[in-house]
Amino acid sequence: MQDTLNLFVMNIGQWLSANLGTLNNPDQIIVEIARWLRTEFGNWGVVGFILANLMATVPLIAVFSGCFALTTWLERKGLGRIQNRYGPNRVGPYGLFQPMADGIKMLLKEDIVPERADKIGHFLAPVIIMIPAMTGLVFLPIGRNIIAASIDSALLFFFAIGSIVSLSVFMAGWASHNKFSLVGGMRAIAQLVSYEMPLILSAVVVVMFVGSMNTSVIVEAQQIKSWVTSDAPALQCLGQVLGWHVFQPWGLMGFLLLFVSALAEANRSPFDLPEADSEIIAGHLTEYSGFKYALFFLAEYVNTFAIIGICTTLFLGGWNGPNIRPPWSDDPQALLIPGFVWFFLKIFVLMGIMIWIRGTLPRLRIDQLMGFAWKFLLPLAIINLLVAGCFYHMEWYFGWPFSILILCKSYAIVVRLNKSKLVNSNRTYTYA
Amino acid sequence: MNTSTGYAPRNYKIVKHKDKTLLEVAMGPHHPSTHGVFRMDVKLDGETIIDLIPYFGYLHRNHEKLAEDMTYFSTMPYTDRLDYLCSMTNNWAYALTVEKLANISVPERAEYIRVIIGELTRLVNHMLLVGFYINDLGAIGTPLLYALREREKILDLFEWASGARMMCNYLRFGGIREDVSDEWLASCNKLVDAFPYFLDEYDQLLTGNEIVISRSQGVGVLSKELAINAGITGPMLRASGVNYDLRKTDSYSIYDRFNFRVPLGQFGDCYDRFMLRLLEMRESITILKQALRDIPKGEIQSKVPPVLKPKPGEAYGRIESPKGELGFYLVSDGSVNPYRYRVRPPSLINLTLLRDLCIGHKLADTIIIFGSIDIVLGEVDR
Repeated sequence: MQDTLNLFVMNIGQWLSANLGTLNNPDQIIVEIARWLRTEFGNWGVVGFILANLMATVPLIAVFSGCFALTTWLERKGLGRIQNRYGPNRVGPYGLFQPMADGIKMLLKEDIVPERADKIGHFLAPVIIMIPAMTGLVFLPIGRNIIAASIDSALLFFFAIGSIVSLSVFMAGWASHNKFSLVGGMRAIAQLVSYEMPLILSAVVVVMFVGSMNTSVIVEAQQIKSWVTSDAPALQCLGQVLGWHVFQPWGLMGFLLLFVSALAEANRSPFDLPEADSEIIAGHLTEYSGFKYALFFLAEYVNTFAIIGICTTLFLGGWNGPNIRPPWSDDPQALLIPGFVWFFLKIFVLMGIMIWIRGTLPRLRIDQLMGFAWKFLLPLAIINLLVAGCFYHMEWYFGWPFSILILCKSYAIVVRLNKSKLVNSNRTYTYA
Repeated sequence: MNTSTGYAPRNYKIVKHKDKTLLEVAMGPHHPSTHGVFRMDVKLDGETIIDLIPYFGYLHRNHEKLAEDMTYFSTMPYTDRLDYLCSMTNNWAYALTVEKLANISVPERAEYIRVIIGELTRLVNHMLLVGFYINDLGAIGTPLLYALREREKILDLFEWASGARMMCNYLRFGGIREDVSDEWLASCNKLVDAFPYFLDEYDQLLTGNEIVISRSQGVGVLSKELAINAGITGPMLRASGVNYDLRKTDSYSIYDRFNFRVPLGQFGDCYDRFMLRLLEMRESITILKQALRDIPKGEIQSKVPPVLKPKPGEAYGRIESPKGELGFYLVSDGSVNPYRYRVRPPSLINLTLLRDLCIGHKLADTIIIFGSIDIVLGEVDR
């Protein structure tokens, strides 16, 4: 045992001097470490096999749980500043340990199960909601070669898994034996199922263009290859930015549609109807307390991460960012700033926008919510699909004006068709 | 289904639900949006309200009977607790009634101070209402906390003048308890000057907001006739387009000396009710400016006998409180206690139409209709 340990430590030293000493490609540090560990574990038999597999998933859970903690802090702090107050500032510097305090509180709280609840359903719902939430993360390419499962039908699998969320939310609503929970569950089913349509249709555009559902391939496709491989640093930077799908007309429309649908899929304001606190207390969460509640909370945020991660991957270039090759490196694929930095930066920017929206907008009503999905997002998503198809087959000087024109016009038409006659934004008031 | 109220709900036809099971939800007494202990038993068809029965009385504390066993003056602090957001106007209405009953005059300066604090109270109340209304719409906290920030400044003034922020107990029969200093008036002036900026900010944030408009226009429409028949008063009545403001019609106190306008709504829906409060705040500002300009020096308390024993008789005094017509009815039998003491609470009477306004709307609309009525459970239950 002692010998193995010594060997291990020696190996680390050797490996560090061999690989990290040169820092040939900072982008691939984590990949290199993982690959080396995997070869080390390879000699350990079954244990090694299990360890090697855990290596793909444990960091994922750990990192995104950490992000969850950070985001709850960020959200409370951000909302606080928006609302003209401080936000958490008691626990630790700037209240940074608040998530930990919350976690301890959640763990210590009594787990209350209503007497007439469906005990099994009540117990299983928070467990089941964790599965799709965590599984969704598996398909996110966090950096080049940093992906837990690089499979060819990743996008399809992602959306298929994601739709399980509505099942567990309704399970929670039904099993709680509470009328507010039931109403919340019904709302959740209606909302999640409706918004699945524009969500998928706006994502399909990218699949049409790239010709693959593999998320790694989609990210790679968002580079202008000839610029990235050139020697000029400015061109390298631009080549990794201008290729993002969001900088094309269909991509911009697709991104906006996807982001709005993502707000609804993640139960974020202004679409937070399933847990509208001023109407139905907390919806499906009403009868949950303690750690079960914490699980729901965690799953909700992880789900949000997964969905904005897909937004980032499909339209915002994933781990691409203004990046250059290290001057000392001869590897044509080397990057100075690791890709996962850009990826998490984008995720947190999108998260920040969500927090900003939450601090600003009132909630929609249920019929307006459904109308928004079926009468506004869905037609636009379908039109966007057609435009993207045409764009693909046209020369750029014809495709750009054509698609911009069609998209703007159709947006205007859909807005006009959706305008309610009952509503008038310019009311005048008389004085007696 | 009982449709005897004669009110046809918008876009919804009530059918008999014999073979359908409806969901009955008891919203309250502990519910985040009932603004106190209030219960609505709601029958739901999906999300649509089929029937709604309001229950109140959870906060009943025998206010009227208590007052009959106490001297006239001892009731004054209890009136603070009626509409606990606007204690000043409650005091005022009660003082006005007793002054009417016992023929007590009020000095000039005291009248001006009463008008000033009365209008400040209106600002406090309307700000809270607007903030909570948007909160009920689902904008968690932000507009509410901006409104609370401004309210705090007014409460500071109240504290300075009376020693208490909410339960002020500031008015006396024939005057007020303490005179206000010149510094107080100067700070009040400063606040009044700065207040329109806050209103402009609020206007920019909210009145044009797409979601606020689509959520509240056409929701909870109250017709002119129904409003008059039901005895609705205050901004809720004026939102339906009825020109009835006691400050104009009664011109009690010294309101006939001020130039101000009464804003009227057209449609009587939640948006009109919401907007009317914002417009009324601007009018209150003009009244405040005039009052602060004209306030004279002098006495603040007229001569009142230490033991008040009004001659046998009765009096009904009413003022335009921020929520509507707040009236006190007193019967004196010549003793130190009133023989009969009765409050006409605007909150309760405005609330009576809740069912008619809500039927046919969605569950989420109930909350904002309820919010736009502007009630305080302390006044509803007494």
